[in-house]
Amino acid sequence: MAKQNVSQLQTVQELGFALVEMNLYLDTHPDDANALAVFNDLATRYATARSNYEAQFGPLIDYGTSGPTSSWAWIQEPWPWQV
Amino acid sequence: MWLYEKRLEYPVRVSKLDPQMAKYLYTQFGGPNGELGAAVRYLSQRYTMPTGRGKGVLTDIGTEELAHWEMIATMIFKLTQSATIAQIEASDYGGHYAIWDSGIFPSDSNGVPFTTAYINTMGDPVADLHEDMAAEQKARATYENLIKLTDDVDLQDGLKFLREREVVHFQRFGETLDYIQGYMDSKKNF
Repeated sequence: MAKQNVSQLQTVQELGFALVEMNLYLDTHPDDANALAVFNDLATRYATARSNYEAQFGPLIDYGTSGPTSSWAWIQEPWPWQV
Repeated sequence: MWLYEKRLEYPVRVSKLDPQMAKYLYTQFGGPNGELGAAVRYLSQRYTMPTGRGKGVLTDIGTEELAHWEMIATMIFKLTQSATIAQIEASDYGGHYAIWDSGIFPSDSNGVPFTTAYINTMGDPVADLHEDMAAEQKARATYENLIKLTDDVDLQDGLKFLREREVVHFQRFGETLDYIQGYMDSKKNF
């Protein structure tokens, strides 16, 4: 995979993982307003990072969740276990 | 409804082929304390969890376990896919290869096929959550053993991530148990 691809994916991965962590925390601390603010900030940044990545490399999420696509890049290699 | 995001939750890197280590890693792909068992357990228990919080925690942790299952498969893939027959024969991986070739089959590290006999769904949230906490401790301990079984620092990084997630999951299940016990007590007091 191209070097630029890996580092752009890393940003998506880091923000995505932070969101998993905050999601689980909020599931058991739903009234924590600070945590919600952190989650929302991460969600906004993640949306931007994902959008930037997808503009170059195609959809990250299936079934149209990533929005319209100019070509069927979804099936292209590498898949995650090949990276 | 499930969606798939075409990336790993956390990067998986290996510095060398190692079919021997791949054989050991199978325990977390299809074994008693592994990620597939965890995913099936939590995603099955979620239907009968009381409160939105209970359903949310079981759904979200169960979903994350599928992402971990994918990471283990990636480790096995990277450790074996370009291995020669000679390398396979020099390790303990030959038995797996004889049955499943280069396929990644959900079994434990001794080739015993995955079974839902490893899990339970009681519909009793106190029983279910105690099982979940025990499962996370067993997975954490298993990762500690796997980390000891390799000297590949790159591979260890991924295994350490997975070990830390077990610790966090244990914490979340403990909080959920406290909450649901409080909820059930309050229902009794009406």
